[in-house]
Amino acid sequence: MSILVNGSTRVVVQGLTGAAGTFHARQMRDYGTAVVGGVTPGKGGSTHEGFPVFDTVAQAVAATGANASVIFVPPPGAADAILEAAGAGIALVVCITEGIPVLDMVRARRALEGKACRLVGPNCPGVITPGQAKLGIMPGYIHKPGSVGIVSRSGTLTYEAAYQLSELGLGQSTAVGIGGDPVKGLDFIDCLSLFERDDQTRAILLIGEIGGASEEEAAAFIKDNVKKPVAAFVAGLTAPPGRRMGHAGAIISGGKGKAADKIAALKDAGIAIAPTPADLGKTMARAMR
Amino acid sequence: MKIHEYQAKALLSKFGLPVPMGVALLEPGGAAAAAEQIIAATQNQTVVVKAQIHAGGRGKGGGVKVVRGAAEAGAVAVKLYGRPLVTHQTGPEGRIVKRLLIEQGVSIARELYASVLVDRGKSRVAVMASSAGGMDIEEVAAKSPEAILIEHVDPAVGLAGYQARNLAYALGLKADEAKSAAAFLLKLYQAFMALDASLVEINPLVVTTDGRVLALDCKMTFDDNALDRHKDLAEMRDLDEEEQSETRARAFDLSFIKLDGSIGCMVNGAGLAMATMDIIKFFGGNPANFLDVGGGATQEKVTAAFKILTADPSVKGIFVNIFGGIMKCDVIAAGIIAAVGEIGLQVPLVVRLAGTNVELGSKLLAESGLPITTASDMSDGAKRIVELTSGRET
Repeated sequence: MSILVNGSTRVVVQGLTGAAGTFHARQMRDYGTAVVGGVTPGKGGSTHEGFPVFDTVAQAVAATGANASVIFVPPPGAADAILEAAGAGIALVVCITEGIPVLDMVRARRALEGKACRLVGPNCPGVITPGQAKLGIMPGYIHKPGSVGIVSRSGTLTYEAAYQLSELGLGQSTAVGIGGDPVKGLDFIDCLSLFERDDQTRAILLIGEIGGASEEEAAAFIKDNVKKPVAAFVAGLTAPPGRRMGHAGAIISGGKGKAADKIAALKDAGIAIAPTPADLGKTMARAMR
Repeated sequence: MKIHEYQAKALLSKFGLPVPMGVALLEPGGAAAAAEQIIAATQNQTVVVKAQIHAGGRGKGGGVKVVRGAAEAGAVAVKLYGRPLVTHQTGPEGRIVKRLLIEQGVSIARELYASVLVDRGKSRVAVMASSAGGMDIEEVAAKSPEAILIEHVDPAVGLAGYQARNLAYALGLKADEAKSAAAFLLKLYQAFMALDASLVEINPLVVTTDGRVLALDCKMTFDDNALDRHKDLAEMRDLDEEEQSETRARAFDLSFIKLDGSIGCMVNGAGLAMATMDIIKFFGGNPANFLDVGGGATQEKVTAAFKILTADPSVKGIFVNIFGGIMKCDVIAAGIIAAVGEIGLQVPLVVRLAGTNVELGSKLLAESGLPITTASDMSDGAKRIVELTSGRET
């Protein structure tokens, strides 16, 4: 069945009329995603690239029955855009925006508590169920429908993973980029638990990176709760401590968040580790045999 | 972004947090006069001369001197200034001391620890305190985690009075001292939020022999993503504390970190950039940098990135690893060709392109006639650049 998104997902694009919103709304539609409209305050009532534009998400939901949103709003207004989507009853919010102040996200996460709204991101490539729906900025053509679930903190490494799997004839059920920020929506465990319950998904590829303890927590969760084969890669073995490696969340601080510790925890949970980023597909294929 | 201790203390003062009386100097000449002024105001001959660099361990490294009288303060300032200060965080070459803080001496009864930071695991701000002040808090956390007290803050409410009291009384403080410490923590949290800080650390937070609570040292770092709404903070950046190449890269909005290897890397995406460093190491090489050109890089940005790589004399070869998504491979190729046309190519260059417009990009590189080695995939590329540079190590 895939997770989070499928052919019946109806998408509204927040920040539609900006450069990134315009380009990717078109790309998503070309992929076959049901993009039903966009939101840009002040431009309601107009049409942009053939999409109806609304002033608010609430209006867009009322008019189109949208149940998911993809956010391209620039950083200063992005956290507010997340709350607006949740407030309008959107069930799945995918926030692509990179560079949101972390305290904005702390407040947004608090505001989402108790709401029936799932947030993916921010600072992520989005979610794709190959052949059905693409909610994000990933290149669609590298993905093939199939049975491997991908969950990743890194954008381009997700592409690398999907590409390598597809080349080996292994399609994907759903690929979720959870993003590289320290405070975000869905984490590894949320996605692992969705994949474990999903009939279409037969195996899971997890891609982590330095910073935080999500990989260690995922390892413990997999040990107790995941029966499907899991393969993993963790980026940043050679990253120096105390330096932020691009992503706001990718930093080794206080001796915590090292790649070596994460790899050790994953190995300890019986997970197959790809020795290099060129072996993501092969390692998954071996774990599935 | 990091700032100096004296800048952090000035910010604390603005938020009503008590700090010792002090004077910051950009050269050592005024040290004696500053000390004299402090001595006159405090009626205490003891002053402290503190080297200001962006690294911890300054005390152990000899960068903090307690002296008596203005003359000695002046002499010590001259000795510290302009010389490298080596601490466990600076590396063996140390950092040149270019700023000094002259401060009043404080008579210490107890040394405590306090900090505010974002606990990513909980998606909340955490206020931490410990009675093990003045020590390396990471060591304390590793050896006796129970000595560190934590209160997580509901952002809708802010740090509650009872949470601040929980921490103060757990530190073993009594009566007025506990009240002062709790008030200190409440203001510290407010400062953290108002400044969009990512860390505010007071180590040590001291109780003086006359019962006052004040910040004897302060380390502050800010959320880079929030600096746009804090122009005054952005102006506190000290470019002397940064790698020149990193400053140049920031001007082009490139995410760049200098490392000590010899293979320059240009990659799109932070995760792939880290993974590229890892695979170079896996095949026996050493990356010279982390460089993420970003998702929507223009040809100009790629050219700028390429120039930063080639300007580094320790770079013996360059590996370009691109998985085009939003980023188109032909844009990367055009950027490289433009850069090489402008500044030439003195070192081996291996390029691996995949994804959007890969055929177009490869064609551009092939037709350029430049001596570029193309790689079929990431591991092929990494192996080749390691081979090509292995005889060129210095």
